[in-house]
Amino acid sequence: MASGVKPRVKVPKTAAAGETITIKTLISHKMESGQRKDSDGNPIPRSIINRFTTEFNGENVVDVALEPAISTNPYFQFDAVVPEAGEFKFTWYDDDGSVYEETKSIKIG
Amino acid sequence: MELTRRKLLAIGASTFAIASITGASAYASLTDDAIAALTGGAEAGEGAITITAPEIAENGNTVPVAVDAPGAVAITLFADGNPTPGVATFKFGPLSASRSAATRIRLATTQNVVAVAKMEDGSFQMAKANVKVTIGGCGG
Repeated sequence: MASGVKPRVKVPKTAAAGETITIKTLISHKMESGQRKDSDGNPIPRSIINRFTTEFNGENVVDVALEPAISTNPYFQFDAVVPEAGEFKFTWYDDDGSVYEETKSIKIG
Repeated sequence: MELTRRKLLAIGASTFAIASITGASAYASLTDDAIAALTGGAEAGEGAITITAPEIAENGNTVPVAVDAPGAVAITLFADGNPTPGVATFKFGPLSASRSAATRIRLATTQNVVAVAKMEDGSFQMAKANVKVTIGGCGG
């Protein structure tokens, strides 16, 4: 597991039923592209997050496939509909098999 | 012909310009291949998809890019000047409100960022944005 991986997600605490909300996510990750070389000229092996998904109460919101061209500390912003109170679940999948998860609950009101 | 400093600079600048143009297109065919593989050779329309990217990016390591394609089920981003053209694929689920997303990408050099959207009816929409990169972002 890459060190110092910390997911951060911004979701409003409350929303009206059926309202559209904007979600911003950021995860600290070096996203080593596999193109760079170290000081001795040896290629640094690729180590990136290759998939990111968001679900709300088990239903999919977005599913993103990431390539090495995504910047360090991958950032995503997108819109979601909130039909009822519940929980957003964010999952990041690392090349090395690690899975990073974060959840945010949202209330109707 | 006397080679003055001014002339020398002009020559230098023009060769640099040529070099950067050829450099930008070196990987373009890879992108065309990748797009063809995605669309299955189908012709992509234009207009129903917008891509928002800065005209000039000072730092190629983090270039903010946003795409918006109402009615799309998936949007794939390509960067035609990168060593590998693929950037990201967004698949939108039933709870996705607007078929739009924003992220930050790496650009190795001045190039086009291409967004291809697969629409609900199975057709494809395409948009391009040219981004001038001051400092490339793929290391070396």
